[in-house]
Amino acid sequence: MAEEKKLFKVKIDGIPVEVEPGTTILNAARQIGGDIVPPAMCYYSKLQGSGGKCRTCLVKVSKGSEADPRPMPKLVASCRTTVMDGMEVANITSPEVLDARKGVVEFLLLNHPLDCPVCDQAGECSLQDLGYEHGADGTRYEFKRRTFEKIDIGDKIQLHMTRCILCYRCVYTADQLTEKREHGILGRGEVSEISTYIHKSLDNEFIGNVIDVCPVGALTDKTFRFKNRVWFLKPVDAHRDCDKCCGKTVLWLRGDEVFRVTARKDKYGEVEAFICDTCRFDKKETKDWIVEGPRKIDRHSVISQGQYVGVVKPHDALPDVLEGRQPKLLMNIHSISQVNRPEIDLSKIEGPAHSDDFKN
Amino acid sequence: MGRKLLLDKAHIENIRYYDVYRANGGYESAEKALKMTPELVLDEVKKSGLRGRGGAGFPTGMKWSFIAKPEGVPRYLVCNADESEPGTFKDRYLMEFLPHLLIEGLLISSYTLGANSCYIYIRGEYAWIPDILEEAIADAKKNGWLGKNIQGTGFDLEIYVQRGAGAYICGEETALIESLEGKRGNPRIKPPFPAIKGLWDCPTVVNNVETLAAIVPILRIGGEEYAKYGTGKSTGTKLISACGNINKPGVYEIEMNISVEEFIYSEEYCGGIANGKRLKACIPGGSSVPIVPANLLLKTAKGETRMMTYESLSDGGFATGTMMGSGGFIVLDEDQCIVKNTLTFARFYHHESCGQCSPCREGTGWMERVLKNIEKGKGKMSDIDLLWDIQRKIEGNTICPLGDAAAWPVAAAIRHFRDEFEWHVLNPEESQVRNFGLAHYADPLEIAAPAAV
Amino acid sequence: MFSEAKLNKVKEIIARYPQGKQKSALLPVLHLAQEEFGGWLSAETMDYVASLLQITPIEVYEVATFYSMFNMKPVGKYVFEVCHTGPCMLRGSDNIVDYIKKKLDINVGETTKDGLFTLKTVECLGACGYAPMMQLGKHFREHLTPERVDEIINECRVNAN
Repeated sequence: MAEEKKLFKVKIDGIPVEVEPGTTILNAARQIGGDIVPPAMCYYSKLQGSGGKCRTCLVKVSKGSEADPRPMPKLVASCRTTVMDGMEVANITSPEVLDARKGVVEFLLLNHPLDCPVCDQAGECSLQDLGYEHGADGTRYEFKRRTFEKIDIGDKIQLHMTRCILCYRCVYTADQLTEKREHGILGRGEVSEISTYIHKSLDNEFIGNVIDVCPVGALTDKTFRFKNRVWFLKPVDAHRDCDKCCGKTVLWLRGDEVFRVTARKDKYGEVEAFICDTCRFDKKETKDWIVEGPRKIDRHSVISQGQYVGVVKPHDALPDVLEGRQPKLLMNIHSISQVNRPEIDLSKIEGPAHSDDFKN
Repeated sequence: MGRKLLLDKAHIENIRYYDVYRANGGYESAEKALKMTPELVLDEVKKSGLRGRGGAGFPTGMKWSFIAKPEGVPRYLVCNADESEPGTFKDRYLMEFLPHLLIEGLLISSYTLGANSCYIYIRGEYAWIPDILEEAIADAKKNGWLGKNIQGTGFDLEIYVQRGAGAYICGEETALIESLEGKRGNPRIKPPFPAIKGLWDCPTVVNNVETLAAIVPILRIGGEEYAKYGTGKSTGTKLISACGNINKPGVYEIEMNISVEEFIYSEEYCGGIANGKRLKACIPGGSSVPIVPANLLLKTAKGETRMMTYESLSDGGFATGTMMGSGGFIVLDEDQCIVKNTLTFARFYHHESCGQCSPCREGTGWMERVLKNIEKGKGKMSDIDLLWDIQRKIEGNTICPLGDAAAWPVAAAIRHFRDEFEWHVLNPEESQVRNFGLAHYADPLEIAAPAAV
Repeated sequence: MFSEAKLNKVKEIIARYPQGKQKSALLPVLHLAQEEFGGWLSAETMDYVASLLQITPIEVYEVATFYSMFNMKPVGKYVFEVCHTGPCMLRGSDNIVDYIKKKLDINVGETTKDGLFTLKTVECLGACGYAPMMQLGKHFREHLTPERVDEIINECRVNAN
């Protein structure tokens, strides 16, 4: 006879839930869902050992357990603290937690370049969401922000170290999904960085997943770089027979053009299943895929704005007028515009950019 | 003269060598322990009331009793010799001059814990000490105190010395274990604690050098007798490394029953403030414990004499007290600038932050920069409140205690010396050429009269 | 490449740890490598250490860049590492740093033109009672005064010849 598993009774912000022993507070909260789920920037349920570092998921344990009801003396990282029977946790009902979280958001944004206008992650960035939901209006930091020399890590993945929040997810991904990790955390403290040390390109069948696990725009897809904003694209679930991975992906379309391919992510921004680099980078035509239907996007997400239905790609009139002639570049906007100067790295400008920064 | 238990034989010439150490009663405690059962030795340690000498002051006997004992899994003892807290240099003294005392302590402790391998993790900068320790280990082995079947008891033990490479954070026990495993010194997220899952995921006890050396006198005189030294829960003797503006900096062994005043001013210990100056402030337990002004150092807020004990030093909590910490006793005279001193500590913690969790990684550097502005006469009044808020948001919110260690000195400096910070802001030019001085920091405190009956 | 004797030392170090835990030897072997190969760790040196311990190069880079005693760039023959944390500062370490700067005509972090001296300021080295102090090679030089510094510089110059 199967032994009945004893479930632990836990209360989070006063809401009871019963979970299996060994469940973390964060996952117990996710079972309840809604506002009381602490935000997580570094924890990733599919990556062993992740979590505990960003401190955004701090919660207050107001009652340790039924057996030992004493509260825990400090706020704890809910992603790495397992529940006890009878535990009571305060998240959004604790002013102390909200205050500490606001502090953590300020710390995370302290050295962040805030170059969202030119960042491909904008619109699906966990740090944007976090700042919007839990942060203060401004920063009190008056010093020069930390910058890093750009390093090249291959032709498919772009590393923007200035945006990194050192969640270590990409390191765990490479450790756990690929045979040989080529990149890691170098240096110490404030100046630690993700790097390969000597320039190497990351090359492995599954390394593209680092793009999906990155909560910010530090690791982005070079094949999609500056091509479009995510909220102008239409995400559809699609699949193909793949001998390396599950082949279940999301295609980001405009008309019938595939702008990028990503793994399918759940409502906490975690991929449902990792995909291989062939699916991600090499299958950029709709004929490669069997489209299942529109991807369900949370209606609060800016991406849901792009969920247009029944729109066909506008007829391109140019070939008609050119009558078979091959067009040359008609106009280079960069040579004309006063402000759009791609050679200027916005992240290197101290404070907000000013028109002076774009002169001469 | 205060009674001594650790350094009682330190004056004997060549005590660092095996023959001299043995001729003066060395390894007698080990002989005694090896004839007892490990449980009985543990009982003696528990009875002694010994508290960890590394800084946290956790009862050693209790820590040892937590170690998991699964079948067939090796257990490890790790000696934490990564002494890096500014103001602390006591373990260095023990290892340099009394290496066999430490080895004897390690032998007894390993026997008690059932560990057959023991690692001494020593900070990399103490580059010459591993040679001293390794020589002593070889001599102990030659004489049958290490290796296989020690003294015919069937107990095996090997001791290895591992050098760190410059990282304060490796003094934190889980960071130390990571470093010992050949990794970056990033502290682990607890639980699980090392007693369950430590070195190579095996049950591990990490103890400070002084703690492990103190096991020797405990076995020599017995736990109960040891507990008669000192006061209350501060049993035994404690090594204090005294530095800063005093006449006689150095390592002193004190019985925990003397006053702070006696420690600073008596000829037996620090010999008073150097150059005939007056005492301004003191950090009695290493840089991370709260700094207190002279008037709160010698007497508690209740007007009682402040003693060199765990309890008395922390009397009044952080509001008016401080901590015993690791025993790094830093004295500041009237010419010293609190802002500058705080800045050097903030810089230290910024430099030593491992960078793993965000409050410490980002906050320590921020505090240093704000403090630097104030120190250079570029500060604003609001910077003082900003500093307070930053430290408040670091404290308690990090993975390991380095965040607290970075926050406390800043908090205490502002709490007790706010006048001096404000003076720096209001007198940006003057503060570059002279210091605030003693001001009112040594004035007798007004003790609130007991309520009328 | 290490000499036969050094390779034996590496073997001896690896033998301190249980089977399969040879990564634990990383710090001691990096110390050996830094001593052996010019006082700093080049990428080639680190790759060599990785091959000795059968770990990936990135694991070595991660560790080497974490610890402050490993030099990732070449340094002078004699590195003056002057402590400037609180207790040393209280006893005048700033003056010692200034004196060395003037005497050697270099700034903190720089190496003299002849490649002989590098000046660094470092955080607490655990010699607070003997302040001001600096680390020179394997040993500490304590109770520094300008005169002591002169003596040390001369001593180095003599030894270098």
